[in-house]
Amino acid sequence: MAERGATPKVAPLRRRALKAVESLFTPLLPDDYLELINPLWSTRELRGRIEQIKPETGDAVTVTIRPGHDWDRHKPGQYLRVGVVVDGKHHWRAYSLTSDPNRADGWISITPKRYEPGVVSPYLTRNARPGEIVRLGGVEGTFVLPDPLPPTMLFISAGSGITPIMSMLRSLDHRDALDDVVLIHSARTPGEVIFRDRLQRMDARNQGFRLMERHTAEQGRITPDHLDELCPDWRERETFVCGPREMIDAFCERWAAEGLTERLHMERFQPIIGSQVEAGQGGTIRFMRSNKVVECDGSTPILVAGEGAGIEMPFGCRMGICHTCTGRLCSGQLRDLRTGEIVGTEGEMVRTCVNAPQGPVDIAL
Amino acid sequence: MATVEAERPPQFDEPASPLARLTDEQIEQLGKEFDAIHDEVFAELGDRDRRYIQSMIEMQRRLAVMGRILLWLGKYRPAQVAGTAALSLAKILENMEIGHNVMHGQWDWMNDPQIHSSSWDWDTASTPEAWKHSHNYVHHTYTNILGKDHDLGYEIMRIDPDQKWNPVYLAQPIYNIVLAAFFEWGVALHDLDLEAIRKGEKSKKQLKHELKGMWGKARSQIVKDYIAYPALSGRNWKRTLQANFASNMIRNFWSYAIIFCGHFPDQAYTFHPEEVENETRGGWYVRQLLGAANIEGSPLFHVISGNLGYQVEHHLFPDMPSSRYAEIAPKVKDICLRYGLPYNSGPFSQQLGMVQRKILRLAFPGGKPSPKPGPYTGEPAVR
Repeated sequence: MAERGATPKVAPLRRRALKAVESLFTPLLPDDYLELINPLWSTRELRGRIEQIKPETGDAVTVTIRPGHDWDRHKPGQYLRVGVVVDGKHHWRAYSLTSDPNRADGWISITPKRYEPGVVSPYLTRNARPGEIVRLGGVEGTFVLPDPLPPTMLFISAGSGITPIMSMLRSLDHRDALDDVVLIHSARTPGEVIFRDRLQRMDARNQGFRLMERHTAEQGRITPDHLDELCPDWRERETFVCGPREMIDAFCERWAAEGLTERLHMERFQPIIGSQVEAGQGGTIRFMRSNKVVECDGSTPILVAGEGAGIEMPFGCRMGICHTCTGRLCSGQLRDLRTGEIVGTEGEMVRTCVNAPQGPVDIAL
Repeated sequence: MATVEAERPPQFDEPASPLARLTDEQIEQLGKEFDAIHDEVFAELGDRDRRYIQSMIEMQRRLAVMGRILLWLGKYRPAQVAGTAALSLAKILENMEIGHNVMHGQWDWMNDPQIHSSSWDWDTASTPEAWKHSHNYVHHTYTNILGKDHDLGYEIMRIDPDQKWNPVYLAQPIYNIVLAAFFEWGVALHDLDLEAIRKGEKSKKQLKHELKGMWGKARSQIVKDYIAYPALSGRNWKRTLQANFASNMIRNFWSYAIIFCGHFPDQAYTFHPEEVENETRGGWYVRQLLGAANIEGSPLFHVISGNLGYQVEHHLFPDMPSSRYAEIAPKVKDICLRYGLPYNSGPFSQQLGMVQRKILRLAFPGGKPSPKPGPYTGEPAVR
């Protein structure tokens, strides 16, 4: 099955009314006809219409989207799965929401940066136009502002790592809570700083907000050693880091060395599958519906093993988010490739994209 | 009910199947050529194809709404006739060009959660699950193999002289017409795989599951066309009921005609299981080519027949978007020409006539295999 948008928040009365006339439309749903008038009316999956596309830097744009139904507010810092049709095919990608969750108009925004070898970001940054319909999937992510808010905060970002932090800053600004907040943001050149004008305005407007831009082409990359100089009280601050993997690793290490790990929040864009944890033992997978038996090593997801054997496996995000790839585990245990955790009980629905077999496994796919 | 059983050895001197004439190397080479046609199209699929199926689906839904509204208003005869026509056409498009093809997975490449073989349901009595098994798997894998392809006569008809005669077949000209009129129900029953049930190959649980699914489909279809819409029509309920019944019948006759022309005209070959032992990919292509027959017609004809007028192309590439069949047909013909293979095709009236003649003749014992047209000699394809 192909990945679908999230189930929208629809008034129970409307749902009941649609349900009541279903028998007139079988095997379709009233939705199938209403969508012809306005695709945003779907009650089956949440869609959105692109209202505005604003260039940010040379290769990043902010896409503002009107959700079809009431926006079930995100927490600032979370990301959204967006389904975009590029040359006839649906592609799903996760983008950090860059908007304040409490925007008066209920619209949301994402700020993709062009990644040339990719499919979706080149499309969104070059070809997408206002009026286009996109599918809106689940909102996820644990890189969020704590509740209650900590008294002092430090944000460290690089490149498009600013995107989840922008939503946090906007939300803090909206709540008049930019009391004692420092942002150290790196980009190669001033022209490559996403949201530069808005960050500078925020800085000028708020006594309690300090923006420090670092242009790495001239000044070099930021390391934890720079902190004593840039933000001497960094040890006391609740810190949020988002950027390339090496940068996050360096900061993680430093915080751990100082015994401050609990104060550090971070976002890695690509979930690390397999590289962080040691490979498990692997095992034989029996795909019960396809009637195939496949050997799989401990670092290969079941999905990949199944596809390798020519089985038509359902999949969506391939990173453990969308649950499109799930199958019922009939026996055996699995290893979560992201955490190394051994999981799986009989009858459980498991994601094939992030789990490898740990010993022999039977799965109803 | 009689079974399809291959009698060994064949009773007649059958024209040697073109399959036997090709060397293993030729068959392998031909397989690669067909694979290349498939891959070339799949590398190209994009916006144009998506627009096609989306506009088809939109048109079908507009026709359905228009038909229902016309019938609801229909005090006057012309409105009633137009409503019935619109509804029939909607049902035909929905079953043929949309449902059948979507459930083949022809549009799965779009990764669209709605237009997808795993989620599509159609406006007919068969459940998608049962249909995908009996049609996509059994029929498309074992096409025209006597005893294995249950669509060869649908287990109730003698459509090939190699099928053993049985007195029940004397009634076949009659139940042929009944089947045409109630085709959707016939297909739903056929999907249950009556032979497997008779042989006890199907578990009780499985059978119960299938019957439940069928009952669910049947109920919702009947409620919609024969209870809900007539009820909405108030005093005109009878007229609406008649119109709905008529459009279901029209759809049934049409799909019967198109589908029976797919494999039963005289040109199509059937196969004995021995002929296809250890079949290679290339051999499979040749069997699909020989076992199917095209219907010639206008672009409109091809759309309302779900592009099954390109039955040959459909059988070679069941998962290819139907809108592409017309484009690859010249390449398929070119392969036929170069390998000395037939390209089975004919006008609708001729194909349907052959099928009906066969059904009448084979109701009685005996019958000879029909003469085959021989290798394709038409114009070579461009390029």
